[in-house]
Amino acid sequence: MALLRVEHMTHYFGGLRAVSDYNLEMEPGQILGLIGPNGAGKTTVFNLLTGIYRPSEGRILLDGEDITGLAPHRIAARGLGRTFQNLCLWRHMTVLDHVRMAHYAKISYGLLGAFFGTAERYRQEAEIERRSRELLELVGIGHLADQGVLNLPYGAQRRVEMARALAVEPKVLFLDEPTVGMTPEELSQMMNIIRQLHERLGLAIFLIEHRLKMVMELCHRIQTLVFGEVIAEGTPAEIQGNPQVIEAYLGKETVE
Amino acid sequence: MSLNFFMQNLINALQWGSFYALIALGYSMVYSILMLFNFAHGDIFMVGAYIGLGVSLLLLKIVGTGAAALVPGWLVLVVTILISMFLTAFVGIIVERVGYRPLRDAPRASAAITGLMIGIILETANILFLGGQRLAFPQLIQSHTYNIGGVFITNKKIMIVIVSIGLMIALHQFVTRTRWGMAMRAMAYDFVVVPLVGVPLNTIAVMTFAIGSALAAAAGILFGLAYPVLDPYMGVSFGWKAFVAAILGGRGSIMGACLAGFMLGFIEIMTVPGIQILNRLFALNIGSNLRDLIAYSIVLAILVFRPHGLFGEPYSAKLRL
Repeated sequence: MALLRVEHMTHYFGGLRAVSDYNLEMEPGQILGLIGPNGAGKTTVFNLLTGIYRPSEGRILLDGEDITGLAPHRIAARGLGRTFQNLCLWRHMTVLDHVRMAHYAKISYGLLGAFFGTAERYRQEAEIERRSRELLELVGIGHLADQGVLNLPYGAQRRVEMARALAVEPKVLFLDEPTVGMTPEELSQMMNIIRQLHERLGLAIFLIEHRLKMVMELCHRIQTLVFGEVIAEGTPAEIQGNPQVIEAYLGKETVE
Repeated sequence: MSLNFFMQNLINALQWGSFYALIALGYSMVYSILMLFNFAHGDIFMVGAYIGLGVSLLLLKIVGTGAAALVPGWLVLVVTILISMFLTAFVGIIVERVGYRPLRDAPRASAAITGLMIGIILETANILFLGGQRLAFPQLIQSHTYNIGGVFITNKKIMIVIVSIGLMIALHQFVTRTRWGMAMRAMAYDFVVVPLVGVPLNTIAVMTFAIGSALAAAAGILFGLAYPVLDPYMGVSFGWKAFVAAILGGRGSIMGACLAGFMLGFIEIMTVPGIQILNRLFALNIGSNLRDLIAYSIVLAILVFRPHGLFGEPYSAKLRL
């Protein structure tokens, strides 16, 4: 059974059809790439799948359960984590706080526990802090845990987002252009992290990316989206050889 | 100005500032997460005071008054404050649900006038149901005056200041130690990512209104104890002044709202002796009815030099501590 399955998803913004008849079958542990020219609707697909928009038509199934139209926090709790194309960090909070915050749904001590510092609170807080630091180590910024996010270099800020997305224990991790604006060095580090996440956590990853070299190297399958429609889907080799893709996308840009 | 005289006014300023601070917190918290000021908040303070009046009268009826009372007055007061905070929280929740949630994606100006309209509705409802006359707030505790080295302090003033500061500390604990408080701080930055880490936005928004309203109710009851006359428009000028305190403190700052509340009380109270001193020194004849004119000119001057408020930061209006 597919981990994430999308059936005939269509979305309109007013009269504009932003996504039309989008279908997806994602297996556990798969790295899937979503490519396409600017404005093709890639981020819209992410927003639809994570519940920020409600699809006009179609169904989204996670692990066989229908999650179409659920509130974003419920979808997140069912196992979708995500990062953003333009960083969405909480500027005055520390790196550790970002990851701790993402454990919201797992905190069960209540008001009294918080005020009187019960043993249960200490146990849970300690557990959350331990897990948060672990995740920060995993993305390679463990040493920055107590810094404010504003002081971090760009590449590290991206990793904060990743650690935060991982904290909800996602079944599928959505990465929206994780390397945009990165230096070549940061880029290769990011690729390593994505590989590690995949290998160590067995995570299914859905990746929007403009750097085709990276997509071709990392992804098992690739979808090409043009004007809201998937024009081609297949293995990296198939996509590279697909004349439609070349015409719509590769032909207009230089391949790195 | 003798030290005694100064201390006397300082005590008064602390009491007066407590009211401002408690109300300002509600403005500041709502602003930080919804990016709008809940202009109905002053009237929620009024509603809280009236709910306190109703609850305390009911309790007094049950337990009796004077020598025949079953329980001491202070206990009635504590229970009154707790029940009224609880009930007024629901008023806040209704205001959020009816007035703000449907307008969350509307232009900010539309959402802002919602507050004004809800305020007018609350005032008018009060007049409709209670007839609009001034009502006396029952004196739940016996007033004692202590003479400490020439400074006269009533037990009520001490209690008001202690209860207010206690509530502020409780709020601080809430925001720093609970997951909801942390979510409020995060929600101050965006509405997009916060739900994606599993936080239900509406729950947090409702909670913010509930807490702000509960604090306003506490302020209303404490105000009723100190100045035992309630009228339907008591929330208007008080609300505006507390709003000034919220801005003066720096939008979204909890610490700022508290300190600015006390500071505003201090400036207002101290303006009167200030006027007297000026009159004496320069043989002037300024009336003390110019108090607010002078006090708020001072506030204006502070804002000229610190346009983001005491604890405000440029380009940021986030919930901070």
